[in-house]
Amino acid sequence: MQTVMSETSSQNAIDVQNAVKRFGDFTALKQICLAIADNEFFTLLGPSGCGKTTLLRIIAGFDEVTEGSVRLYGEDLGALPPNRRPVNTVFQSYALFPHMSVLHNVSFGLEMLGKSPAEARERAGRMLELVQLSQFADRRPGQLSGGQQQRVALARALAPQPKLLLLDEPLSALDLKLRKAMRIELKHLQRETGITFVFVTHDQEEALTMSDRIAVMSEGELQQVGASREIYERPCNRFVANFIGDTNLLEVTVDRIEGARAACHLGGGHALICEAVEGVRDGARVHLSVRPERLFATAEPTGPEALAARVVENVFTGTDITSIVELAQGPRLTLRSSNSERGNRRIFEQGATCFVNMEAGAGRLLVD
Amino acid sequence: MAGGTVSGSTASSTYREARGWLLLPAWSVLLFFSLAPVIMMLIYSFLTKEHRGGVIWEFSLSAYDQFFLDRGLFGDEPPRIQWTYIAIFWRSIWQAGAATLMSLVVGFPTAYFIATRPATARPLWVFLITIPYWVNLLIRTVSMKFLLREQGPLNDFLQWTGAIDSPLQIVNTNLAVQIGLFYSYLPFMVLPIYAAVERYDFALSEAAADLYASKWTTLRRILLPAVKPGVIAGCILVFVPSLGSFLAPDLLGGARNFMIGSLIEEQFKGNAGNWPFGAAASMILLTLVLLLLLVFARQQARAERRS
Repeated sequence: MQTVMSETSSQNAIDVQNAVKRFGDFTALKQICLAIADNEFFTLLGPSGCGKTTLLRIIAGFDEVTEGSVRLYGEDLGALPPNRRPVNTVFQSYALFPHMSVLHNVSFGLEMLGKSPAEARERAGRMLELVQLSQFADRRPGQLSGGQQQRVALARALAPQPKLLLLDEPLSALDLKLRKAMRIELKHLQRETGITFVFVTHDQEEALTMSDRIAVMSEGELQQVGASREIYERPCNRFVANFIGDTNLLEVTVDRIEGARAACHLGGGHALICEAVEGVRDGARVHLSVRPERLFATAEPTGPEALAARVVENVFTGTDITSIVELAQGPRLTLRSSNSERGNRRIFEQGATCFVNMEAGAGRLLVD
Repeated sequence: MAGGTVSGSTASSTYREARGWLLLPAWSVLLFFSLAPVIMMLIYSFLTKEHRGGVIWEFSLSAYDQFFLDRGLFGDEPPRIQWTYIAIFWRSIWQAGAATLMSLVVGFPTAYFIATRPATARPLWVFLITIPYWVNLLIRTVSMKFLLREQGPLNDFLQWTGAIDSPLQIVNTNLAVQIGLFYSYLPFMVLPIYAAVERYDFALSEAAADLYASKWTTLRRILLPAVKPGVIAGCILVFVPSLGSFLAPDLLGGARNFMIGSLIEEQFKGNAGNWPFGAAASMILLTLVLLLLLVFARQQARAERRS
């Protein structure tokens, strides 16, 4: 029995079971259950103070769970100190050793694992090649730019070939352009090395760009775990819908559930048909989330669901044009169309009246 | 436009002038309290001694001659090397070094402990460290003698625990002097190390642990190199005053455990003194300390280049 159990769980890189972490009176993690698959690029996403870094530090061994357990490839980590875990971390501040050369920083972990200095240096040299920093091997970390230091931190953490790489907001100190380039580089590196990455960030765009799966956290609890696309398009509650991307939240009343469809109406009585979700009952007052890019404006209504509106403001952001419109019934909506000829969506002047239409299946009912 | 430029340059030149005057107090302090005494010492060490203390303004090398050369009781034998004072110097270096080592062994963990307390509690700990130093050094050294003596609390305690059968003779030994010096200058070790450890980024220790380094390796290869300037400052601040100290050796070491400080002190006290000889001994001590620091700095620079 036991062999079977450990074998099934060993398919997962990480198994967190009922993890609770308390700091005095404060509960940082409340009963977290989470499985991270082998070879996965997994992201813990949430606002600051949501417990994502605490969870990462528990996996690394810097903190211990108050209750529950964490398994790494089926093996209970328990109170194993960080230097005995086959897990490496890229720190937010990089934490490069200032008195050692770049090469020595990268070879440090290999030396500690008992590799001969020559072998450690050789492999560290290859890691520096991988992150394209070979020419800086003899420099001190202080002599490098932020982006270069970031790559040294990455090479240092990857050099011992850990079973799991933890990344604690590693891109937050870089400027936007570099950050965007690094997202792609990180994703590449993950595929190339085949190492499981657990990435912590508060930046939803970063999470969507790189992750195979995302866990959205808030106040010490997991809100939703799923693939990037699923989280974006099928958020399970208002927090997730709001935190990932922009969204329009409308209060609706459910009139009738018919199979997979729910007939609802807005505050002003306007009727809508949406996809039913679990937990929604007849007569319930819930929220409807619609992404701005799934709404479009026309001069004439395209169907009975079109909503009469007046344009309050148009905002040009380069790639997109965002329109804020006010519905006849009161609430405001945000529409987004891409700034391209092919988009073929009409932008109405400020103050003009139009009709707002929803793409089929764009609305998502949220119970809480 | 031109007027603006002119007034601008006037303003900056007045500023420069003012800065010159404003630095005057600093320069005078440096001149009167640092440089002048040393120059005075240097001059006095080359003068002739007056038998009731003081000097006669006549050039003489006899002070240095007396320090290094032994010409017999009446000064008419062929000169041999005078080991007496060199031995005192050697003992002083040894005693100061031992006191420095003791301070380091006790001071480093203390400083580390304080620096790792919550930020709000640290000032209180630093305050506690400095409290004993509100009491005069002489009184504290005498108290230390009472603590260490054969019927004192330390021996009573050790006998009570059964660690020893008969009281230890500590007073009037080298160890007593070392303990006295250690106690006198411990805060000078703790404070600079504390300042360095407080600035240390503990994420570096986590990074080392993450890269499979044990606690001991992390201390040795990451923490120590990072706080080395504080450790060096602490060692210098304990070693140098220990070397010239006379209270602890006089009160705790007895007549046999003489140090340079006592030797120099004697030359300027009462009527038996020899001012030029005291000045010469001071100059030799000063040169020795400077040389030691220089050699040390050289070595550090070389080690730095090598790594």
